[in-house]
Amino acid sequence: MLRFVVRRLLLLIPILIGLSILVFLWIRALPGGPAQALLGERATAESIEQIEQQYGLDKPILTQYWTYVSKVAQGDLGTSVTTRRPVVDELEERFPATIELAFAAMLFATFLGVPLGFIAAKKYGTATDHASLVLSLLGISIPVFFLAILLKYVFAVRLGWLPTVGRISATIDLEHPTNFYVVDAIIALDPEALWDVLKHMILPAIALGSIPLAITARITRASVLDVQNEDYVRTARAKGLPPRVVDIRHIFRNALLPITTIIGLQVGLLLSGAVLTETVFAWPGMGTWLVDAIKQRNFAVLQAGILFVSFVFVIVNLLVDISYALINPRIRVS
Amino acid sequence: MGRVSMRFLLLLVSAVLVVAAGCGGSDDEGGGGGATGGELVFGTASDPVALDGALVSDGESLRPIDQMFEGLVTLKPGTTEVVPGLATEWEADPAGTAWTFTLRDGVKFHDGTDFNAEAVCFNFNRWYNFKGPFQLESATYYWQTVFGGFSDKKDPSLFKSCEATDETHVTINLTKPSASFLGALALTNFTFASPKALQEFGADEGTVDEETGFKPTGTYGTEHPTGTGPFKFVSWTRGDRLVLERNDDYWGDKAKLDRLIFRPIADNAARLQALQAGDIQGYDLVEPQDIQTIEGDDNLQILDRPPFNVAYVGINQAKPPMDKLEVRQAIAHGLDRQAVIDNFYAGRGEVAKAFMPPSLEGYADDVKTYDYNPEESKRLLQQAGLTLPVKIDFWYPTDVSRPYMPDPKRNFEAFAASLNKSGFQVTPHSAPWSPDYLGRAQEGNAGHIHLLGWTGDFGDPDNFIGTFFQQETGQFGFKNQELFTLLDNAEKETDAAKRTQLYQDANRMIMEFLPGVPYAHTSPALAFVAGVTGYTPSPVSLEPFSTVSLGES
Repeated sequence: MLRFVVRRLLLLIPILIGLSILVFLWIRALPGGPAQALLGERATAESIEQIEQQYGLDKPILTQYWTYVSKVAQGDLGTSVTTRRPVVDELEERFPATIELAFAAMLFATFLGVPLGFIAAKKYGTATDHASLVLSLLGISIPVFFLAILLKYVFAVRLGWLPTVGRISATIDLEHPTNFYVVDAIIALDPEALWDVLKHMILPAIALGSIPLAITARITRASVLDVQNEDYVRTARAKGLPPRVVDIRHIFRNALLPITTIIGLQVGLLLSGAVLTETVFAWPGMGTWLVDAIKQRNFAVLQAGILFVSFVFVIVNLLVDISYALINPRIRVS
Repeated sequence: MGRVSMRFLLLLVSAVLVVAAGCGGSDDEGGGGGATGGELVFGTASDPVALDGALVSDGESLRPIDQMFEGLVTLKPGTTEVVPGLATEWEADPAGTAWTFTLRDGVKFHDGTDFNAEAVCFNFNRWYNFKGPFQLESATYYWQTVFGGFSDKKDPSLFKSCEATDETHVTINLTKPSASFLGALALTNFTFASPKALQEFGADEGTVDEETGFKPTGTYGTEHPTGTGPFKFVSWTRGDRLVLERNDDYWGDKAKLDRLIFRPIADNAARLQALQAGDIQGYDLVEPQDIQTIEGDDNLQILDRPPFNVAYVGINQAKPPMDKLEVRQAIAHGLDRQAVIDNFYAGRGEVAKAFMPPSLEGYADDVKTYDYNPEESKRLLQQAGLTLPVKIDFWYPTDVSRPYMPDPKRNFEAFAASLNKSGFQVTPHSAPWSPDYLGRAQEGNAGHIHLLGWTGDFGDPDNFIGTFFQQETGQFGFKNQELFTLLDNAEKETDAAKRTQLYQDANRMIMEFLPGVPYAHTSPALAFVAGVTGYTPSPVSLEPFSTVSLGES
C-alpha cells in the first residue's frame, strides 16, 4: 500500500512539470498582455511597452520560463498584476473559501443523494423511483447559475431567511487565522459568527451541490440495484439476517465503490472552482479568481492557480483510490 | 437504512430550515434609523487595489480613498467647479507658473500629526521623485496625464518644485503656465497623506523582480492609509469588506454615519439582489435593464450621475477619402444617431453633439450639428467628386460593454445600415476589445471609421478634447495646426473666463473640422435604499459619504 501511495505521489512531479510548461506557453499564446487589462482605453503603445518591459514579457520564452521555475522552487509564485499582491497570499485566501464551499456542497449532495438513491433502488419501479429519476434530471439540467439566482430570490430576497452574498455578514467581525471561516468562528468561540457563517453557506452549497446531488443519487441507485441482485446478497438473506443488516453490511458497503469514485471525481471538479456559484453569491473562491485572471492576462495567478488545482485534483484522486482498498479488501492494490 | 433514515433526514432538513427562518432576517445589517449614526454597507464592483491615491487609477480604489483623504482643492458636490479644500485661497503669479496656496489652519492627519505646507511639499516631492516601477502608467497614470514626467527628467514635467514658505503657505512652481492643473488638483490622486505614516509604513518600499514585476512590501497602502478626511481606516479583509469609521477629529462638518463598509460584489445581478434583500444599502454601476426594477420598488431609489463620457465614430483622415471634409460631413449626415440612442441605450443616453459633455466648462451649445440626411450625404459625396457607393471599412469592438457604448455591435449594425443608405458601402470589421481593437484604433489600423469613446478623468475640457485633438495621433490621422495651437493656448490660459471662451471656440472648430462624429453621452446610475439621503452624484464620481445619512429605513 505504501509503495502504491509513494509511486502515485512521485508521478505528481512529471505531471506538474508538464502542466507548468503547457500552461506557461498557452497563456503567452493568448493575444495581449496585462497592459490593456490594466489601462483600458488609456493604453498607449508606449505604456504597453513599459509594462511588458517591467514584467519581463519581452524576454525570450525560455528565459521567462527559467525565471519562473527558479522562483517557484524558492516558494515565490509571483505577483498578481492587478492587485500587486503575492500570488501565495491570494491563494491562501481563495483556496479555503473554495474548500469550504465544495465541502458543504458535497456534504449536501452526499447526505441527501445517497439515501435518496438508496430509497429509489429499494422502491424500484414505483412512483417514488420515478419521481427520483425526474428530480435527478431536473437537478442535472437546471443551470447552476439559474438555480442559484432562483434560490437567492426566493429565500434571501423575498423571504429574507438567508443572506444574499458573501461568506459572512458585514456587521459581524471575525479574525481569520485560518481563512476557513467555520474554523475561525469555532476558534473564536463565537456562536453568533459561526451561525452567520453557516447561514451564508447554505444557499451556495445547495446551488453548487445540485448537480452532484443528482449524479450521486443516480449512481447510488444504479449501484444498489446492481448489488442487490448479487448472489451473496441472496445468501445473506437466506441465512436469515435481518433486512437492515443485509442492507448496510452487504448491499451498501459493496455499492459504495462506484459511489466513492464519483464523489471523488466531483470533489476534484468542485475544488477547481465553481465560477458560476461564486459569481452569483460573490463568494471569493478560486473560480472567479482564475476566470478574472484569464480576462486580465494575469499570468502569475493563472500559472499558480492552474498548477495548484491540478495538484489538488491528483491528490484527491489518489485519496479515492486509497479509499477503494479500505472499503473493499478484495481490491487491495499490490 | 431506508425508510427510517429517510424520515429522519426529512425531519433534520425541515428543522434546519425552521431554525434558519427563526434566526433569519438579514435586514438587521446597516441599521440605525434617525439622522445620524448607523452603518452603511455599499456594494462595489471589486476590491480596491491599494489605498494609496498616488499609485492607483481604478474607480474602486479611488472611492474609499476619497473618503479618507483630501487635497488642496476639491469640487463642489455634483459639479466640476473647483472649490477650496485644504487650501482656502490661491493665486497665480503674472507668469502663471507659480501658484501660491493658503492652507487651512489646525488640520491634523488621522495619526495626530499636523497638516501643513511641509506635508504638502513632502507629498508633491514623493510623487515627483517616483522611480522605476512607480513610473508605469498603471501606477501613476494621473500624475503623468497632468504633470508628465518625473524628477529623472526622462520626460518633460510640468512640475518644477514645491516651496513651503511658512506653515500655512505653499507655492507650487510649474515649468510652463497651465491652468488645467488646478482642476486636476481636485483629483483623488493628488490628496495628501501623512508624511509620518508614509515613511513609517514603507509606502514606497517594494521589490522589483523580473517576471513578477513590482511587489510593494510596505503596509501603508493596505493597512495604514492616513489622510485628513472625514472617515478613517479601520480594517480591510479582501473579498469581504473594507471598513471605515467617522473621524471625530475632522476639521469640517463631521460625517453623519458611524461606519462605512464597502463590500465587493462583482456580479451586477448579485449587487441588485443584495440591495433588495437589505444586505447592502447602496451600489454603483446599475445596469440599464435593472433601473426600471429599482424605480418600481418603493423601498429603493435611483440616483443619476450627470453624464461625463462621450461615444463617437472616429474618422481616420490618413485613409483617403476621409481627408476630404465633404466626405466626413457625409458620414455625419449618414449616421442615424437618435435611433441608436432610442434603441440601444435603455433610455439612459442622450445624443452628443460635441466631443465633451454639456456639464463641462467650455461646452458650446451652438456648435455645428449634422442631422440624419441620407440625401445630403450623397450630394456631398458627389460634390467631392466620388462615385457612389463609396466603400469604407468600419471597425467595431467585440467582447466588451462600455458605459458610453453598452452594445457596440448593435450600434455598429444600425450605423452601417444608415450609412449604406447614404451613399456608402460599409465593410464590417471587428476585433476583441482588449488588446486587439484598442491597439488598432490607437495605431490607426481600424479602417476608415471606428467606434470608440472616452470617460472623463477630471473636470477639465483638456481631458476630453485636449486628449483627442491637441496633437497628431495615429487614431485620427490628421495635422491641423490651427486646432493644435488653439487647444495649446486654451490649456495654458489662466484666466478662467478667457479659458472657457477658448475651449468653446475649440469645440466649434472641432465640429466644423469633424475629425469624428460624437453620438452619445450616458448617465450612469447609482441605487440606494429609500431612506438614504445626502448622496450627491458627481460627473467625475467624486462623491463624499460624509453628508450621507440613513434616514428612516
